[in-house]
Amino acid sequence: MSAIPVTPVAGPWSLPSRGRVAMLSLITGESAIFTIFVVAYVFYIGKSLTPPYPQQVLDIPIFNTICLLSSSVTIWLAERQIDRGKIRLFAAWWALTIALGMIFMIGTAIEWHKLIYIDGLTIRTNLFGTTFYSLVGLHATHVVVGLIGLSLILLFTLTGHVTEEHSERIQVFALYWHFVDAVWVVVFTVVYIVGR
Amino acid sequence: MADQTLPIAGTLDVTPPRRSTAMLLEWLHGWVVTVDHKRLGILYMVYGIFFLLVGGAEAIAIRIQLAWPGMHFLSPELYNEMFTMHGTTMVFLVGMTILFGFANYLVPLMIGARDMAFPRLNAFSFWMTAFGGLLLYYSFIGGFGLYGMGAAPDVGWWAYAPLTARAFSPGHATDYWALALIVAGFGTLGTAINIIATAASMRCRGMSLLRMPLFVWLMVVTSGLTLITITPLTAAQVMLLIDRYLGGHFFDTQAGGSAVVWMHFFWIFGHPEVYVLVLPAFGVASEVIPVFSRKAIFGYPAMVAASVGIAFVSLGVWAHHMFTVGMTSVGNTFFVLSTGLVGVPTGIKIFNWLATLWGGKIRFRVPMLFCLAFVIQFLCAGLTGIMLSVAPWNWQLHNSYFVIAHFHYVLVGAIVFNIFAAIYYWYPKMTGRLLDETLGKWHFWLFFIGFHLTFDTMHFVGFLGMPRSIYTYEPDRGWNTLNLWISIGGLIQGIAVLLFAWNLVHSYFKGKEAGNDPWDAWTLEWAVPSPPPPYNFAADPVVHSRRPLWDLKHPEDPDWKYEP
Repeated sequence: MSAIPVTPVAGPWSLPSRGRVAMLSLITGESAIFTIFVVAYVFYIGKSLTPPYPQQVLDIPIFNTICLLSSSVTIWLAERQIDRGKIRLFAAWWALTIALGMIFMIGTAIEWHKLIYIDGLTIRTNLFGTTFYSLVGLHATHVVVGLIGLSLILLFTLTGHVTEEHSERIQVFALYWHFVDAVWVVVFTVVYIVGR
Repeated sequence: MADQTLPIAGTLDVTPPRRSTAMLLEWLHGWVVTVDHKRLGILYMVYGIFFLLVGGAEAIAIRIQLAWPGMHFLSPELYNEMFTMHGTTMVFLVGMTILFGFANYLVPLMIGARDMAFPRLNAFSFWMTAFGGLLLYYSFIGGFGLYGMGAAPDVGWWAYAPLTARAFSPGHATDYWALALIVAGFGTLGTAINIIATAASMRCRGMSLLRMPLFVWLMVVTSGLTLITITPLTAAQVMLLIDRYLGGHFFDTQAGGSAVVWMHFFWIFGHPEVYVLVLPAFGVASEVIPVFSRKAIFGYPAMVAASVGIAFVSLGVWAHHMFTVGMTSVGNTFFVLSTGLVGVPTGIKIFNWLATLWGGKIRFRVPMLFCLAFVIQFLCAGLTGIMLSVAPWNWQLHNSYFVIAHFHYVLVGAIVFNIFAAIYYWYPKMTGRLLDETLGKWHFWLFFIGFHLTFDTMHFVGFLGMPRSIYTYEPDRGWNTLNLWISIGGLIQGIAVLLFAWNLVHSYFKGKEAGNDPWDAWTLEWAVPSPPPPYNFAADPVVHSRRPLWDLKHPEDPDWKYEP
């Protein structure tokens, strides 16, 4: 009955973390969505028939960009702290990440307010408006989703539910935030440098 | 000998099954809240088979309309809705759901896992897909379109701009189409992520990547392809909705937008989608053909490499759907060559299946019959595909019935035939009973004859210049007899599918008891009882080769002696 042929299985049996694999797959899919919007933006650069044109109304959001990109550093520092079991330091870096993300969103809000009420650029004004608001808006949506996730984790941390054993999950979530930051590099280059 | 070594020692639960005393409502509730991959797999398949009947009925309605010149069986408006809904249903609600249903059911069993990597995500994905289908069909009663209330989408399954613009498609029939596919697309994305994570992280001890059954490999490749093909469709549909609801100009030529951009985005999704559907079908053939030839699959590593190769090449061929748009000669040449390149990995696969059959001790059971027909038909479909990939030829025949014949040869001749093979092959595992063999043979031969009557003939009306998507035609074009043949073939296929549906119900109650391993097969799912217990394996299995059950049944000559 015990007919299972026995051969040595070489070494210990280790498999990749399912959370990491799933998050990387999600990021692959999301990248495809962003690719389509970026391609549409690039294709339609200079094809607007009516003003306002990007060079007239767009200012380069340098402060915003610095904030968002440095939030990738702070979340990485937070990951390191939870790996060592230092929950308080983790919470501090994590809260700083949220603050930087919030500053980015406020910056975007101010920029959009200026574009809509002073320059009169809306999504239906011209092709530039359509592609600009959909691409930057798609990215901003991802930032908002990321901020909601980050805040939930902060809430759990402050109520004492996050311990060292959750390090793996925290890092999986941080992958998503890194992705959102990396996409901003592409969006920034396309919208504010190439397209301007 | 074979019976004595099954099941694997320690993997069988010896506690007798409890008699269920649940009420009907509790039973239903159990199915609604389930996170078990096997139950979700069955839900996917039942849902898919239901829509197969619906989409089939739509096809029959189209064929009755076209059986004679000048027919008025359907109104022109309803006709447009019928071919749009037929295409959308068959691709998104039938093909995707049945194949993902099989993946759900089989991938964990085949790799020796107890469930998918994310059971709750799995349930969420199914219900999203199901909701997408309901949303699409709700348009029949709730949609307000060009013709008032009760208007289903009528813009074709490709929904070319500018027909989808507010000015030409008022009301919200088109919005139902976009929203339904976005919702179903999220479900598909969730399942694809789940399958990849399952195959990567849930394999049992010894199940290295190159020992995974080919069906699992093909599902992993399909899921990877899904990640990067369904998402562009979602993106394009978001753009369409921005155009329709927020006054955007993505596809609005009057404001500098481009209708051709929609075509590109749609076919960047649309062409790989064919491979998303056909790769799992290849997986089924790669499981069924070896078992019924009594030989291990020929060229396993080549099969894996060819699958990955097809996935890569398929990403660079989309514009062969658009030769008639008028691209540059460089663009045309690129897409002619890249499309021709698809023939290489698919050719490798066909030769490997033939080499598996070669010298085998072939058992002509129903699953095998479907798979053999698949090999022949897929070859023909591939050859007409090569013909259509040549731009000048394509200019002559684009948007004719030749194109319809070509892609139905793939979608029906390859994919539906393999779906039937898969159902006949794995139904015993899912229900514990074999499907009736006589009814199955009737089903096969009727469907086979009906298929060839319909789709072989379609090539010829295409040559004679009959365009696709037309409501009716003049009697003096020389298409009359051929169209009648096509419609009769469609009816024969319909009868065959009804026989099949009857077989599914009949055999569930009256079928022969299957036992654990009715086909004397080699992959892990046949080591557990039929139907498998909720936890699949009582003890985690350990495998040593690509055919763990062969090793078990033949300890004197195990596979692991020969495999690298």
